[in-house]
Amino acid sequence: MSLNKEQVKEIAQLAKLSINDSEIEQSTIELNNILSLMAELGEIETDHVEPMAHPLEMSQRLREDVVSEADLSEEFQAIAPKTGKQHFLVPTVIE
Amino acid sequence: MAWETVIGLEIHSQLNTKSKIFSGASTEFGAEPNTQACAVDLGLPGVLPVLNKEVVNMALRFGLAVNAKINQHSIFARKNYFYPDLPKGYQISQFEIPIVGKGAIDISTEEGGAKMVGITRAHLEEDAGKSIHDLYEDHSAIDFNRAGTPLLEIVSEPDMRSAKEAVTYAKKIHALVQYIGICDGNMQEGSFRCDANVSIRKKGSKKLGTRAELKNINSFKFLEKAINIEIERQQDILEDGGEVVQETRLYDAVKNETRSMRTKEEANDYRYFPDPDLLPVDIEDEMLTEIKNSLPELPTEKKNRFISEIGLSDYDAENLTAQKSLADYYEVMLNDGAEAKLSANWVMGELSAALNKNQIDVQDSPISARELSELVKRISDDTISGKIAKDVFKAMWKGNGRVDDIIESQGLKQMTDVGAIEDIIDGIIANNIEQVKQFKAGNTKLLGYFVGQVMKATQGKANPKQVNKILNDKLS
Amino acid sequence: MHTLSVAELSKSLKNKEFSSVELTQHYLDRINRSDLNAFITVTDELALSQARAADAKLANGSGSVLTGIPFAHKDIFCTKGVKTSAGSKILDPFISPYDATLSHKLNIENMVMLGKTNMDEFAMGSSNENSFYGPVKNPWNKKMVPGGSSGGSAAAVAGRLSPFATGTDTGGSIRQPSSLCGITGIKPTYGRVSRYGMIAYASSLDQAGPMTQTAEDAALVLNAIAGFDEKDSTSALRDVPDYTKSLRDSIKGLKIGIPKEFFSDGLDSSVEKVITESMKEFEAMGAELQQISLPNSAYAIPTYYIVAPCECSSNLSRLDGVRYGYRCKDPKDLNDLYLRSRSEGFGDEVKRRIMIGTYALSAGYYDAYYLKAQKVRQLISEDFKKAFQNVDLIMGPVSPTTAFELGAIKDPVSMYLADIYTLSANLAGLPGMSIPAGFSNNLPVGLQMIGNYWSEEVLLNAAHQFQTQTDWHSVLPENI
Repeated sequence: MSLNKEQVKEIAQLAKLSINDSEIEQSTIELNNILSLMAELGEIETDHVEPMAHPLEMSQRLREDVVSEADLSEEFQAIAPKTGKQHFLVPTVIE
Repeated sequence: MAWETVIGLEIHSQLNTKSKIFSGASTEFGAEPNTQACAVDLGLPGVLPVLNKEVVNMALRFGLAVNAKINQHSIFARKNYFYPDLPKGYQISQFEIPIVGKGAIDISTEEGGAKMVGITRAHLEEDAGKSIHDLYEDHSAIDFNRAGTPLLEIVSEPDMRSAKEAVTYAKKIHALVQYIGICDGNMQEGSFRCDANVSIRKKGSKKLGTRAELKNINSFKFLEKAINIEIERQQDILEDGGEVVQETRLYDAVKNETRSMRTKEEANDYRYFPDPDLLPVDIEDEMLTEIKNSLPELPTEKKNRFISEIGLSDYDAENLTAQKSLADYYEVMLNDGAEAKLSANWVMGELSAALNKNQIDVQDSPISARELSELVKRISDDTISGKIAKDVFKAMWKGNGRVDDIIESQGLKQMTDVGAIEDIIDGIIANNIEQVKQFKAGNTKLLGYFVGQVMKATQGKANPKQVNKILNDKLS
Repeated sequence: MHTLSVAELSKSLKNKEFSSVELTQHYLDRINRSDLNAFITVTDELALSQARAADAKLANGSGSVLTGIPFAHKDIFCTKGVKTSAGSKILDPFISPYDATLSHKLNIENMVMLGKTNMDEFAMGSSNENSFYGPVKNPWNKKMVPGGSSGGSAAAVAGRLSPFATGTDTGGSIRQPSSLCGITGIKPTYGRVSRYGMIAYASSLDQAGPMTQTAEDAALVLNAIAGFDEKDSTSALRDVPDYTKSLRDSIKGLKIGIPKEFFSDGLDSSVEKVITESMKEFEAMGAELQQISLPNSAYAIPTYYIVAPCECSSNLSRLDGVRYGYRCKDPKDLNDLYLRSRSEGFGDEVKRRIMIGTYALSAGYYDAYYLKAQKVRQLISEDFKKAFQNVDLIMGPVSPTTAFELGAIKDPVSMYLADIYTLSANLAGLPGMSIPAGFSNNLPVGLQMIGNYWSEEVLLNAAHQFQTQTDWHSVLPENI
């Protein structure tokens, strides 16, 4: 599975990473090298194998529906890059 | 060109748990911004989700109420995309294996029949925060209080064929989720949100047309309008030889039109994969049985019972069971001994009118079910006439006291003494010889005149049935 | 003082040979003189105030076996009021508003946190060269890498800047630096230690563990940090035994499996020599060695390098400059905010893995990559299950080589290939340990032991017994 530069640009856009034109060549080569590692997986027969999402054979534990968290909004906003009186701010979003 | 409309609805119902789906922060509406967003809700580095038991209960209640297949092994998946109100850069949702599978619900059609609307699935997910765009210059403000609120996304099959049908279905689901106590149905507060997928095709065609997804609809009235205006738009396009584009469109209630959303999620590949911070949700048979047994009587069952056991008409039964609180109110009256049909009329008539006029819910009615049942009983036992009862109702609404007190203090008791009525009628006959002659000559319409005279003479308190009978006897 | 183990320090503190404040100051001085770059943040004042509190506890006889003991904390664990960077520029401004469960557990023992250790950015790396805060030097040879991602923690312990440190292991990040730095490190069974507050790299692989001078110390620390946490859905509801209890049991009859796949071409011959020599020690103590096969071992590399990047590409989406951490200067719109904050904030290796993960999860590729990798993961786990039907423990090398030169390995893939022996334990969720087993070219060589699920006691017992027969673990780098 070999990626071309266009595909690399699309992946970067999905991941919100910018790759400028001077970097794209190098990135494409590096990514393709890594992807060629994966090619080996194609060799193994896995038709009747269950995917393993977790090492633990456990089911999701359920917690009681109680309010257990206090208001720490001041602490959280103190570490935010930009805040208004009570909000987190970002450049205007146009919907 | 005969077009057929195909509509599917995606309803996001906020589950009214005390705490969020994956954290212990409060879900109460109306709090100061960001005071109910804990570390987990904000997606701080290192935090982890833990699933709320009540959320699972509620999803199962819904699934059982629509006779759906329950997936006793279901998986949470991450839906990945970037948006400022989505703290983790992904939404925890369910993808391949939702907790509720295929189900169905029946609705009444415009023609007066019934049809089944299929439910494809219902799955659990977390809500995002809210963005406010006009509070600060050059900036959008984000409030994360809503982030992490549990949602049940209910997806219908594209079984609806008109805006009215879609609204009927939406209202049915709206009533149902309140009936089973999982959602407060408050559309103004965003607890119940409907998105519509609308497409059209040539009548008779089996192939689905390209659909548009309509969002930003916060009332049933707007749902109907939005769908209708969209159908028009699509018809215009197709009749001009164009093609409908698959896209998301926002409904503008002021202009009554839909417009395309700037490609927010169009180009998005959500890269769904099972959330590795959560384990599969496994539901034991016992839990299902317990929940099934704890379900209240569902609207359809209640309606059928009202028809078969109480003898109400389909129309009456449908209206009384549309809202659980109204049905409960009505049943209190019945349990108190009030007559069924008369109670139904009063609940759907005077009571509903007064509630609507004052914009309050039946739970906030100043007249309790018990009190209204007393009023109805006084009509049934001929203490007062139906007409007088309306005045008594008004007085009760104002808080002027109990039924009997009002009747007593205002002297509203119906005159039922046959002798007294006869005397009054004799008097009227004596004073209206001309009209009596005309009546006997064949002008039967004059009966109304005589009744009116009797009522005037008795300040409306004469029992109308008796007045009619005695008048007829004496004038024949 | 700084050559004493945790167990020894504990006794000394209880016997009032010195105070926790004295001990702490001693370490702080060593840290401040050190050029290993093992620490990102040194928390002098906090440490001394914690030491005073510990001394108060020790004075009135309350306090636990770990009270007053200083430690170095990998900068991947959130510590309330203290900078937590995960080795990254994007979290350089982040002062955590909360404590990780593991941080909390050590706090309630009244321990003393000396500082936050350097690490490969977001735990991605095997050399600690991927840190925003510069590389860490190996105390045995400062031209060499200490290993990664817990390089700072390993160097701190090896250089005796701290009696022990905390680490995390997703693909070998406790075991490999322990091996390269000649210390003891254990990665517990997945789910044994809470992940709440541990900045996530690959959620289904990450696990925290102690990095210490001895197996006994590892047991003491594991006692304090293991256990169920209701805030972590992947935390196991399982009692924590006293890991020190069985340390002194005899290992006569212990069945040890040697996977033939771990002794193939890539393994440096002098490393192999050290490993096979150390295995003889076990035989001498009565253990029975047998050859086993883990047929799908080779596939651990492609499997891991799909699963981990997929999970991390999603886990790192929350680093977006909106609510905390680094935000680029004067973003002109939302997209610019995302692109520049992330591109300026993340290092190259992190970006590479995010890209690989994003691609592997994308439409059309999910089945061929992620789903396929999870299936192969199942096969790898089954290999171990089969093996553990016949053996109690699996033994082999940790790393194909000893520590390599800083800057020597520039190609990402070459770096990945060095993880060959450690990855499969993470994929299967099994506990794994590295203990000092000798030297090659004056650089430490670690012996790896992999146990069955929840068999940390077996690992620690075997390790401790080895450490009674050998003293590799007590050898110190020069000038310590």
